[in-house]
Amino acid sequence: MSMQVEDPRVIEFDVRTDEMLVNMGPQHPSTHGVLRLLLKTDGEVVSEVTPHIGYLHRCAEKIGENLSPPQWIPYTDRMDYLAAMNMNLGFSLTIEKLIGMNVPEKAMNCRLIIAELGRIASHLVGMGAYGLDLGSFSPFLYAFREREIILDLFEETCGARLTYSYMTPGGVTHDLPGMITIPPGLAQLTGNSPDMELEWKDAVLMFLDWLETRIREYHTLLTRNAIFIRRTAGIGALSPEMAKSFGCTGPVLRSSGIDYDLRRDGEGIYTRMYEGYNFEIPVAPFDAAPRGVELGDNWTRFYVRMMEVVQAIGLVRQGLDKYESAEGSYREGFKLGAKLPADECYLETESPRGQMGFYVVGANAAEPLRTRAKSSCFCNLSITAPLCENTLLGDIPSVVGSLDIVMGEIDR
Amino acid sequence: MNTEEIHGILAEQFGDAILELKSEAIDPWIVVAGDKIVEILTFLRDDERLQFDHLNDLTAVDYLEMDEKKAKKFPYEPHLEIVYHLSSFGQKHRTVIKISTTRWKDDEPGSHPEIPSVAGVFGIADWHEREAYDMFGINFVGHPNLKRILCPEDWEGHPLRKDYEFPLEYHGIRGQ
Repeated sequence: MSMQVEDPRVIEFDVRTDEMLVNMGPQHPSTHGVLRLLLKTDGEVVSEVTPHIGYLHRCAEKIGENLSPPQWIPYTDRMDYLAAMNMNLGFSLTIEKLIGMNVPEKAMNCRLIIAELGRIASHLVGMGAYGLDLGSFSPFLYAFREREIILDLFEETCGARLTYSYMTPGGVTHDLPGMITIPPGLAQLTGNSPDMELEWKDAVLMFLDWLETRIREYHTLLTRNAIFIRRTAGIGALSPEMAKSFGCTGPVLRSSGIDYDLRRDGEGIYTRMYEGYNFEIPVAPFDAAPRGVELGDNWTRFYVRMMEVVQAIGLVRQGLDKYESAEGSYREGFKLGAKLPADECYLETESPRGQMGFYVVGANAAEPLRTRAKSSCFCNLSITAPLCENTLLGDIPSVVGSLDIVMGEIDR
Repeated sequence: MNTEEIHGILAEQFGDAILELKSEAIDPWIVVAGDKIVEILTFLRDDERLQFDHLNDLTAVDYLEMDEKKAKKFPYEPHLEIVYHLSSFGQKHRTVIKISTTRWKDDEPGSHPEIPSVAGVFGIADWHEREAYDMFGINFVGHPNLKRILCPEDWEGHPLRKDYEFPLEYHGIRGQ
């Protein structure tokens, strides 16, 4: 269903109403955290949207100027807290690029497995929360049930469930674990005994096998759901030109039909992690799209994420295959007080929400002169104003939710 | 295309406005004159050979060391740099453009240095420039809506400047 009428006010049967300013947020559930949208409404039609951000601002960049890089890793956790592993990875690689360090194969392999599991967990939340925004409650519960198992597996790896600080400059803090007790959620879902002991690697494979069978279920619940399609298809269409101009990245960019993924097109220090792996990059338009779907609309953005989960499952499998034969240690030494050279570098990595960039300026001291975190969600959120112009009030959560933002990363 | 070649093309087009090429850095950068930045970024975006259609990041760096001991290890003149990271989706190359300016306009503490805004060239520059204004106090001339973005609108000072002093109180909330 598209609400494309020449003059959107026609829906109002020409009853002119006064313009009204409505504050949506900062505590509105569908703004995904503390985002305030100031809406200028004329009845049901929103003529102007002004996002107000900064409620979660902690000046992480200033803190970074007083800490050495390994000390700042926990602060990167708290940026995109739904994909903390990928934040750690981005900053670690930037520091490695700055000091000219190449991590061993084993460390890269561990990083790839964990980063792709992190991508699955993050997209699961994105999917579930989006369903919740549109009034579909059950997919959210399923998504969190699945994510719980990934968090349990991460807990076995590094001891933390949300803020891991697992990847540090030089590699990862621990090797992948050996024998573990099966995560309770996984035991329940697969019908195994909760006391079952198995290799961590086998637990991951068991989880992936199970997750693969569930993907179809999500498609039935959301992707192919008639109500979901009517709420998302043809709404909030983002043109490729606008996506480029507003610096949109990640799934938002690819759903506008631009084939660009840093895992393939990025800098050598990042792409060497993915060398020898087979994966596809889902780019819109899709043959499977139902009627009414346009390039770069809400449905497409959602679907790109779903497709990425399938690719990430494949990548984790390949990573686990290569784990045994990977050479070297899982970590190379990086001293806490190691001096950073008087040079600077910028590196972007493909985090689940887009291209997360870190910019570090060294000054012959342990603490950098400047640390900068360029947030992908910050850029993706900046298109809400042009995208939500002249839409219906009820479509605002649909558009904002489809961008899959995390305020921790936007406000830093 | 590497930054040397890009520098060659830019020098041919803009002559004196292209000031310096630092090719031995990890990410080689080109320093350009601030008053020509809009033309330069438009050219980088639209030229067939370059096609820099993605502004990855726009930020600033405050070069000032308050600690005398540290200043000896990495000496530089106090100044402010605005950094533009660009890349191209089609050509798959990237480059860094920099502008160097004084920390304060006419060296008068408190008066913001002026740089032309590139919000008309890249849509995302709008928010990035607001953040740079918020954090560093750089006046982007021609910006459609130059207001603070992360700090509250009545915040005093610009936190990422090296000589920033932390406020002792904000609306009755005590600092340290």
